[in-house]
Amino acid sequence: MPERSGETVLSGIVAAAGLAVGTIRLDRNDRHGRRTAGTPAEEAAVLKTALAGALADIRRLIAGADTLAAGILEFQEALLQDDDLLAPVFSAVAAGRPAHDAWAGQLDTQMAEYRAGGDAYMAARAEDLRDLQQRVLRALAGGEIAPDGGDGIDDILVAESLTPSRFVELDWRRLAGAVVRDGSPTSHVAILARARGVPLIVGLMAPLDEIADRSPAVLDAQATDSRAARLVIAPSPATLRETGRRIAEARRLADAAEAARLRPAFTAAGERVRVLVNIDDPALLPSIASASVDGVGLTRTEFLFRDGRLPDEEAQLAVYRSIGQWADGKRITIRTLDAGGDKPIAGVTPEGETNPFLGLRGLRLSLRNEPLFLTQLRALCRAAAEAPIRIMVPMVTLPSEFEAARALVKRACAQLAREKLTHVEPPLGMMVEVPSAAIMADRFDADFYSIGSNDLVQYATAAARDNAAVAALADPDNPAVFALIRLTVEAAARRRVDVSLCGDMASDPSLTASLLDCGLRSLSVAPPLIGRIKLAVAQYPDRTAAA
Amino acid sequence: MSSIADSSDMATGDAVIRDPTGLHARPAVKLTKSAKRHDATIEVRAGDKGHWINAKSPNAMMKLKAAHGDRLYFRAVGSDAAAAIATLVALVERDFDA
Repeated sequence: MPERSGETVLSGIVAAAGLAVGTIRLDRNDRHGRRTAGTPAEEAAVLKTALAGALADIRRLIAGADTLAAGILEFQEALLQDDDLLAPVFSAVAAGRPAHDAWAGQLDTQMAEYRAGGDAYMAARAEDLRDLQQRVLRALAGGEIAPDGGDGIDDILVAESLTPSRFVELDWRRLAGAVVRDGSPTSHVAILARARGVPLIVGLMAPLDEIADRSPAVLDAQATDSRAARLVIAPSPATLRETGRRIAEARRLADAAEAARLRPAFTAAGERVRVLVNIDDPALLPSIASASVDGVGLTRTEFLFRDGRLPDEEAQLAVYRSIGQWADGKRITIRTLDAGGDKPIAGVTPEGETNPFLGLRGLRLSLRNEPLFLTQLRALCRAAAEAPIRIMVPMVTLPSEFEAARALVKRACAQLAREKLTHVEPPLGMMVEVPSAAIMADRFDADFYSIGSNDLVQYATAAARDNAAVAALADPDNPAVFALIRLTVEAAARRRVDVSLCGDMASDPSLTASLLDCGLRSLSVAPPLIGRIKLAVAQYPDRTAAA
Repeated sequence: MSSIADSSDMATGDAVIRDPTGLHARPAVKLTKSAKRHDATIEVRAGDKGHWINAKSPNAMMKLKAAHGDRLYFRAVGSDAAAAIATLVALVERDFDA
């Protein structure tokens, strides 16, 4: 270890990834001065003015905010006009309680009610209440929000807490990042920070009194292997050199990925690997160069059914056609509706299942809802006459389910033929995400396999991916997961059909070498990672370079 | 299925929450804003055993913690009670124009 004398390392949790060098700016806006209370009548008047001022502030912020931030602030705007919430405060003031006490007390009571029961969503709303509580307290104390500016660029904001409204208020073009003592990676502020690419550390393990304003610092929220983050105050020359090297390395990697993005992927040994793209919403297609990929490995069609819509055949056909036009002759794999589990669709998915991930979802649900399924299959068969489309069915457990899907595709084609509508019977493949299907992939008469690693990992490890308490168990880098992938790849080779992988594992450059080891030569990745994965492929079989 | 009953200046109605995430902040705000446009006193509860709360209070609405599939019951008293109930039931049925 190089000498790092004089520096202080404080630990925290990554809420939005990033790495920055800058100067500490202690944010004191969560502190407000003491005030002397007046008569009850004066206190009521002061409170009214403070509430009106807060309402004007919030409305000004909403007007300048993007949809995400505005949606978060609208709840606070509504609370400021909630007579039931305000009436007890004014009663307490009339009875002689100082305005700031009465207001803080009422909001404290409400926050406690929101937090009772341990619901994460309600706890996040309690954060909004605290945001509002502090804003009105500042207004009562006559405090103005410190204007943003006057400080240097590349400041690292360090605060007790950062509320959504404060986040929206700050000029993030001038700030390098933020570090707060409270909060969590799932808070509203974390969502806003990730959306804007602002590095954010939460849960800083040190009192602010120990941090000197205007100290030089390094914000390190770029740990790749964990959520551990560090704030290094008065960094040593060695730390600064290392941070500079890492920032340069990240930039170099980004440049190399950008250069690799538009070229076909080959391993270091010259073997061709097809890199496909996952499409969640055709609205994003214009932002993806079709030249950067070898096709579409997964089109999720749940977007068609958003907001309770049940699009008819013509509406679906128009969407599938637009994807075909974008792909410009490249092969497109479209997955039929994968509702259920973590993707409930009102009116389609069953209600009240105790374990929806092991319930009626994916193909299981489609086979129970034939009219809905047939509509989608008919639209796909018609679109397949104009572009090389393949149909993929999700969540297959038994060969008989797959055969039932095949029979419905044939029925759709027979109907279209009778109606003299141009169509083609496309290849029909299956998602391999149920472990039993991976182990016995040979038994399915599928025209291709696509490994759905997200569900495969969660079913193989019996650990939910959205439950922080067991997230470590749901690690895809598990030999059992690779064994299941290998079995599927081997079955595909024996049956001489195509196989690819389309879950999150395909988009993780640290797993690319292991996937290629399993024999996979086709990966379907999230659009922003196309270049990074091609780079990882080019370095294979050297595994150190991509990590 | 929803239903609306109405007798002179009193009205009731109900509808099921379709949003998969339940009655979260945005729908709650929409519902209270819509309620506030009516003069009638309007109350709402989640499920037929829930406590009645003021449908014009976003704070109380949040604390209902109404989930996907829960039925919201409305009752209103006042000159425009029937119109208020019809509007609120329709809003829930349209999934809050999500």
